[in-house]
Amino acid sequence: MANTGSNQNANNEVNLMPMSEAPDKWLRKQYLPHIWCPGCGIGTILRQVIEQFTKLGWRNDEVVFVTGIGCTGRASGYVNAQTLHTIHGRALPTATGIKMARPDMHVVAMLGDGDGVGIGGNHFIHAAKRNIGITAIVVNNRIYGMTGGQVSPTTPSGAKSSTTPYGNVEPAMDVSKLALGAGATFVARAHTANPVYLGQLIRRALEHDGFSVLEVLSQCPTYFGRFNGMPDPVQMLEWFKSNTFMAKSPYDEKEGKIPVGVFRDDKETPELSKSYRKLWEE
Amino acid sequence: MGDVACAMGAIDAGLKFYAGYPITPSSEIAETLSELLPKHQGIYLQMEDEIGSIMAVIGASYAGYPAMTATSGPGFSLMQEAIGYAAMAEIPITIVDVMRAGPSTGLATQIGEGDLMQAIWGTHGDHPVVVFSPGNVREFYIYTQKALYWAEKLRVPAIVLADEVVGHMRENVEFPEPITIPTRTVPDIPPEKYLPYATVNGDPVSLPPLGHGYLWHVTGSAHGEDGFPTIKPDKVKALLDRLNTKTERHRKELIEYETYELNDAETLVISFASMGRVAKGVVVELRSRGHKVGLVRPFTMWPFFKEELRDIVSHVKPKKIVIPEINYGQLRLLVEWALKGFDVPVLGVNVVNGDLIPPELIEEAILHG
Repeated sequence: MANTGSNQNANNEVNLMPMSEAPDKWLRKQYLPHIWCPGCGIGTILRQVIEQFTKLGWRNDEVVFVTGIGCTGRASGYVNAQTLHTIHGRALPTATGIKMARPDMHVVAMLGDGDGVGIGGNHFIHAAKRNIGITAIVVNNRIYGMTGGQVSPTTPSGAKSSTTPYGNVEPAMDVSKLALGAGATFVARAHTANPVYLGQLIRRALEHDGFSVLEVLSQCPTYFGRFNGMPDPVQMLEWFKSNTFMAKSPYDEKEGKIPVGVFRDDKETPELSKSYRKLWEE
Repeated sequence: MGDVACAMGAIDAGLKFYAGYPITPSSEIAETLSELLPKHQGIYLQMEDEIGSIMAVIGASYAGYPAMTATSGPGFSLMQEAIGYAAMAEIPITIVDVMRAGPSTGLATQIGEGDLMQAIWGTHGDHPVVVFSPGNVREFYIYTQKALYWAEKLRVPAIVLADEVVGHMRENVEFPEPITIPTRTVPDIPPEKYLPYATVNGDPVSLPPLGHGYLWHVTGSAHGEDGFPTIKPDKVKALLDRLNTKTERHRKELIEYETYELNDAETLVISFASMGRVAKGVVVELRSRGHKVGLVRPFTMWPFFKEELRDIVSHVKPKKIVIPEINYGQLRLLVEWALKGFDVPVLGVNVVNGDLIPPELIEEAILHG
């Protein structure tokens, strides 16, 4: 388990992946190569997701993997499971219908920041409020990548994008704070520069029985990086390492850095697809 | 009440999932199903909006629970993108639109029939859809079941176009034997050979239940028979050709309409939903006074009963056609399109003011229009 109380783990050296059966079991290799840009962080996250599927011993046909639209939306095409590439912002309500019908399925939604808290923001709030048993992995690259680098709800204030050429005049939305406020029962934040720790948090999010949110700060060197002085993905990974710190709350402050860690792990609140079925017995 | 009959029809057909957002004049459907579904091992969810509702319906249907939603104009507008997704991904869904007067908030508690075009062509791109329209409480029961049936059979969005009067009308009815939704079974084809977008005898293959090794992919992007995105022109064309002909292949079974007093009719009245019932009353009254007037009341609005209507007009040879509807001529446009080449004037009786169109106005158009 991750040590959520210190910054020890956040700065661990990145271990090279040992040989793993995950890609063979969980990727549709016939549809590779993928469409993501060189240096994109989504691959790092997806790799950790399928590693944890493997470690959990899940069968491919007990996983339903749902995405919306955007760069992250394309992940469902590559995962060898029961997969849905839905419409923009609507992965979570679709996943809600699936989980309510089939509580025995592991329902995983992988969302981008625009998909998850922009166009799909209301669904995100209500999925959290319901505590429906879905794992929501929010790939937060802080920009709209697929459409060419426009500003997103999570773009930092002052950051440049193709539609904020003078710097973003709006403040950024905080995905983890939003998830906490809406009532998600597991909330955590990680980043792509430490894939081992990322994998540990993905595992905890997947195992959580309720609505779990894992926000992952991910690099988009093509747009976010290029517009903001970090065109090399390594620069962005270094930035994540030196601008994050281990915390217990997204409200913790330390030299203006971004808190990462597990912010909530509530195992008491009942999960909706199970609690609804109690009505059947009455 | 019509809305209650709709809910009962859905339950009797085998509905297992409803997600919706309250909106007048459809809310009684939600209220009734919130009570009935848990008693039938089903799920009722009130979602955060109509987009969430229809997506939850798509998700539940994908996962094997026969599913529907109900709404009215403003909510129906919000659902349009998802209707296109369901059509493209071929996930069966049923949407009940209890029409009220629009546009926008319009007259929230009063009748309108202005959603016909939207029901047929509301989402972007050419797509298949089945649209039924009931004119009374009993028909609301029947056509909700038929919508659920055809949605599953053809893997299309099916829409029930009721209206405020049908939805809120109370009358004594006897329901017919229910039509039940086809159940999904594990396909005969093993997972490694299963193609989710292939056909059997021209119809889409049935969907596999979750948890049986079928690792198929669902997308709203253009795709091949394997379900994976493609931009190859021949594959895209094959997909869209197939999607846009799949209801036509079953038009004889799908198309339903009622005819009344067509023999020797010099005036033909065509009308749908609640106005169809009003129009029938006018025709009955005028016949009793010796006027040569007949009625066609379509229940299937799409695919449109084009050939059938041409046959009727060929045989009856009316001198004019009168179409009362609570919009500015949506059914009339379809009729004029269907009857291209016929030399028969088509008169609309169009009033949108929150009420049913008074019989006197219809009579006036028939006798003196």
